[in-house]
Amino acid sequence: MIELLVNSVSIPMVAFLIVSLIMFFAGVFGFLTRKNLIMILISVELILNAVDINFAVFNRYLFPEQMEGLFFALFGIAIAACETAVAIAIIINIYRRFGNVEVDNVNKLKG
Amino acid sequence: MEYTIYILLLPLFTFIIIGLLSNKLHHKTAGIFGTISLTIVTLLSYMTAFEYFTTQKINGVYQTVQPFNQIWLNMGANLHIDLGIMLDPISVMMLIVVSTVSLMVHIYSLGYMKGEVGFQRYYSFLSLFTFSMMGLVVATNIFQMYIFWELVGVSSYLLIGFYYTKPEAVAASKKAFIVTRFADLFFLIGILILSFFTQTFDFGILMSGDGGIFNSAIGTTFMGGSVLTWAMALIFVGGAGKSAMFPLHIWLPDAMEGPTPVSALIHAATMVVAGVFLVARLFPIYIGFTPEVLHGIAYVGAFTAMFSAIIAIVQTDIKRVLAFSTISQIGFMMVALGVSGYEGHNGLGYMSSMFHLFTHAMFKALLFLGAGSIIHAVHSNEMYQMGGLRKYMPITHLTFLIACLSISGIPPFSGFFSKDEILTATFNFSNGLGIWMTVVAFFTAFYMFRLYYNIFWGKEYKSNNGHIPHESPISMTFPLIFLAGVTLVAGFIPFGKFVTADKAEYIIHLDWTVATISISVAIIAILLATALYRKPNNIPSKIVSKTKGLYKAAYNRFYIDEIYLFITKSIIFKGISQPFAWFDRHIIDGAMNGLAWITNWTSVKIRGFQSGQVQWYAYVFLLGTLLITILAITI
Repeated sequence: MIELLVNSVSIPMVAFLIVSLIMFFAGVFGFLTRKNLIMILISVELILNAVDINFAVFNRYLFPEQMEGLFFALFGIAIAACETAVAIAIIINIYRRFGNVEVDNVNKLKG
Repeated sequence: MEYTIYILLLPLFTFIIIGLLSNKLHHKTAGIFGTISLTIVTLLSYMTAFEYFTTQKINGVYQTVQPFNQIWLNMGANLHIDLGIMLDPISVMMLIVVSTVSLMVHIYSLGYMKGEVGFQRYYSFLSLFTFSMMGLVVATNIFQMYIFWELVGVSSYLLIGFYYTKPEAVAASKKAFIVTRFADLFFLIGILILSFFTQTFDFGILMSGDGGIFNSAIGTTFMGGSVLTWAMALIFVGGAGKSAMFPLHIWLPDAMEGPTPVSALIHAATMVVAGVFLVARLFPIYIGFTPEVLHGIAYVGAFTAMFSAIIAIVQTDIKRVLAFSTISQIGFMMVALGVSGYEGHNGLGYMSSMFHLFTHAMFKALLFLGAGSIIHAVHSNEMYQMGGLRKYMPITHLTFLIACLSISGIPPFSGFFSKDEILTATFNFSNGLGIWMTVVAFFTAFYMFRLYYNIFWGKEYKSNNGHIPHESPISMTFPLIFLAGVTLVAGFIPFGKFVTADKAEYIIHLDWTVATISISVAIIAILLATALYRKPNNIPSKIVSKTKGLYKAAYNRFYIDEIYLFITKSIIFKGISQPFAWFDRHIIDGAMNGLAWITNWTSVKIRGFQSGQVQWYAYVFLLGTLLITILAITI
């Protein structure tokens, strides 16, 4: 069954990696350039999801008889959900304090 | 004689009590308390003297006794610093001198200092001084002497600066302290050298006549002299500082800024003779092992005596005249010690020096207290503002005259006997020095009677505000009368029976040749002064205009103070201290400041990284990661 699955997939692994690479750097770019905190959060999610894809792909292609990579991907999704909840809470607090969610305004901890 | 410890403890307690309660005690209470305490001390001193001179003579030689001696600091197997009391003829004599003069000054100050601000402070300092001076004279070892030596210096400083709101008094007290302290540095070095080689501080061992302990000090030479010579010379420098020998005399005339009774006690009778006492104390070492230093002391003393006598002739401030006279008389004592031998009749110089110390303390205290009485009456130190005072102040006039006759060396006053012995001893040593000192004696009589006539005779006293001078109260005249009495009789004390170099008795013979010379010299000087100053005339001013350069130089004390100022300010401060200060400020501090500046500059430059913008951090982080990755790949 597993053999069948592996053989039936004709998409090469590198294609998946390119997708995840694009997602990753799109996330990094968004993280560095976006000023809105919500957008930055979305960028971080992009990076995380790129990593999740990598987990799944490497597991599927390199060690098809094992499941660790998939579990790690699930784990990462759970972490991302928690992280998003915390980040949203912080962003709401920042909004209450500063009246907006522009990241440039949040520099009160500067030395 | 265990009670001698109270001679030290009573003034100390008086100092502490009056000092601590100064604000709570009434003026009068403090003064009377101090005076009573000192009366007891004086009586104890007389008792000590009586008991010592009657019981401590064995085989015709006075023994040295130590009623009390306590090891205080242990510094090794042999070396330890003790605190205690040692009685021998000179220390007992000094006890009498110090306590008598101090008591007179205490009584006198009740009148003189009446109503002054800080009256209690004044009395507590007087007690401190008495305590220190007593401790100095009875010291059992040279280190205890040094401790009390510094204490008298401090009390002198405190009392000169008593009127601390007056800038001159503050400057004078600083000058006195710094100059004597500078000399004491050499004293300390001398003590350390001496004790390093002899392994003892104790006078008893040093004086024992056992030459063995000096062998190592004599054997070691340094710059052409044995170490012992150096040590003894350095110790004398300390003594010269306290006793105002040239060129360390500059502090004494300025010390006259203090209250006049203080000048009488400290700067005429007791503290300034500490140097003479020191040389007398160490006399067996000087005479036995370093006679060349002793001769040096004689020449320093002779020069100082002449030098200050010349200055005294032209001074116009009466206290300054007395100050230079004190320096000159101490010069006499130093000369006498310097020319003295040790045993039997050779010890005449030593005996006469101590005798002169005794009589000089009495009549010089009398002169100062008399001067105080005059200043009290006319409110000025300048002799040109006085004149004709004999009618207003008969007691002061008479006692002052007695003191003047005594210091001039007219028999039967005490100064004649002691000065005559000094001159005899000097003539025995060398004729040249004898003639030199006779000339000084001539000057002495002249300037004293110039002073006397200018104060009590001369032009009539004229006050600018209708103030009429009056005789001082009984508290001030009693000490004058008492000291005048002492001056009258002290010459007849058979001093040779009590205080001699080898502590054995000998009978004083007046050398009539020397006596005739000295009396006639004194009388000529007095007659000269009478002719010049008794009635107002213009001869003195003519002489002044004829000898203008010399007069001006002497009036300005031969510019010794200016030379000191030049050396300290222009050479030491400008030439040495300022470059060092520049080096410290610019090189040492500059290096430290430079380090701080570099750190600061770097911090300012890299502070920009801490923008507080998380995105910026992430950007830098990313770049860094990429950089490291590239490096990792390429290498």
